[in-house]
Amino acid sequence: MKALVLAEHDNKHLKDATRALVNAGLRLADTVEVVVTGSDCAVVAEAAANIAGVSKVWLAQAPDAAHQPPERIGALLVALAGDGQTRAVLATSSANGKNILPRVAALLDVAQLSDVIAIEDANTFVRPIYAGNALATLVSEDPIKVLTLRASSFVEAGNADAPAPMENIPLPEGDGRSRFVSEQLSGSARPELEGAKIVISGGRGLGSAENFALIERLADKLGAAVGASRAAVDAGYVGNELQVGQTGRVVAPDLYIAIGISGAIQHLAGMKDSKVIVAINKDPEAPIFQVADYGLVADLFTAVPELEAQL
Amino acid sequence: MRILVAVKRTLDAYIKVRIKTDNSGVDLSNAKMAMNPFCEIALEEAVRLKEKGVASEVVVVSIGSDKVVEQLRAAMALGADRAIHVQATDDLESLSVAKLLKAVVGREQPSLILLGKQAIDSDNNQVGQMLAALCDLPQATFASSVEVSDGHVTVSREVDGGAQTLQLSLPAVVTADLRLNEPRYAKLPDIMKAKKKPVETLDAQALGVQLKTHLRSVKVSEPPLRKAGIKVQNVSELVARLRDEAKVLP
Repeated sequence: MKALVLAEHDNKHLKDATRALVNAGLRLADTVEVVVTGSDCAVVAEAAANIAGVSKVWLAQAPDAAHQPPERIGALLVALAGDGQTRAVLATSSANGKNILPRVAALLDVAQLSDVIAIEDANTFVRPIYAGNALATLVSEDPIKVLTLRASSFVEAGNADAPAPMENIPLPEGDGRSRFVSEQLSGSARPELEGAKIVISGGRGLGSAENFALIERLADKLGAAVGASRAAVDAGYVGNELQVGQTGRVVAPDLYIAIGISGAIQHLAGMKDSKVIVAINKDPEAPIFQVADYGLVADLFTAVPELEAQL
Repeated sequence: MRILVAVKRTLDAYIKVRIKTDNSGVDLSNAKMAMNPFCEIALEEAVRLKEKGVASEVVVVSIGSDKVVEQLRAAMALGADRAIHVQATDDLESLSVAKLLKAVVGREQPSLILLGKQAIDSDNNQVGQMLAALCDLPQATFASSVEVSDGHVTVSREVDGGAQTLQLSLPAVVTADLRLNEPRYAKLPDIMKAKKKPVETLDAQALGVQLKTHLRSVKVSEPPLRKAGIKVQNVSELVARLRDEAKVLP
């Protein structure tokens, strides 16, 4: 029996989260096949073929599929999963994975499990509910498990000795009822939030979009990704794609530095699995200190430049 | 044009989550319940489309025990014209909800179906996508702006790298993200008026839907507690500890 893994990528680079999916897939099935969908993305398929544990890569390309149309990719995954040999279909808990996998589950007439953080056995899964305030352990009775996984909770697979075989497969045509208009991507040169080893996040304490440059300078010095609290996003300091929290991105880096962030439950749900948490806040009562390994009660406008100077 | 909005009754977002001592679930007895915040946003968008003259009718549907009528009344106080209550247990799986909603879509033939992107209790983020797949309708999830014109809906979506804009032909399914709008509060006269608006009651049998259980809950437990660490006195101590103790800095 096999597991199908939907590759996470931007048509140029395969995201490391895919490696975690491969390892998770091997806990549910004997073999793992990676499905790469998009446009002009053969390079991604090549990268996927070089992940240890992958036995095959399916490449489905179409010039009008760079934006990952859910209707068409869902149909492809349903067709691939309908071979009687598929035990699981996996994607990351990204906007893309969440957009597509519920469709796959519905068309296969099985349940979908979202944001899985642990696989206890082939039928038993753990996932956060209520914004991470509770963990639910669920048994799925379905013949095919359709899961989105929090990649940061799983170990990434390494590199293969020899690449797995690749096969081209047509992506189902669009029927014209959904048309891609445009995309406005931030195009930052910094690391992606989910995969970064260090994340520096700023909150409302920064006070303005201009002051957010303090966070960005520190991040660049450390090669870190930049994140933000919902308050900072709502105040317009940064774009919502940087929001760390239950309704934004969920990260678990080696080091998470929260600057000027009070630590609302919403935010904690997105970062509390980080290995080491540092909080810099002038309010000693801020809830962020209750989860921080190292807390510094200080004015961020003096502490952050000082920190930058000492690194 | 008719808009169908699906809403869910959930634990109020500001109430602390209590887990039952036998780990069988979250304790909702006597807890304050409310309309799921993302559903409120979806409803607000529908009501605004009606106020702009784009939509002629907003129909709101909720699935669950008789208690969900409370949320349906709240939705009508906020501007929905009429309501459909699909009687069921309160803990239906997403796929069952999507199947029931598909039957409601079949009866109501809406041009636009608006839902919240996820419920804040189960955090599944599934029903809109499942409904779109089952109804074979185009979908736009995580909407941060919605514009309707000439049989199309143009939706800006929140995606991981920024924003994406799609144009869907109607009918279509759209799920609301946090920044789509700021929902209004109900005014007292509207709350009074909502009491007179019609609520139709249906059940799975009347809708011709066979429901099946796919998932079994083993337990619901507290997440591992993270202990507070130490307070450092200054930046130098912080840097030293991150280097020598935590070893997360070079």
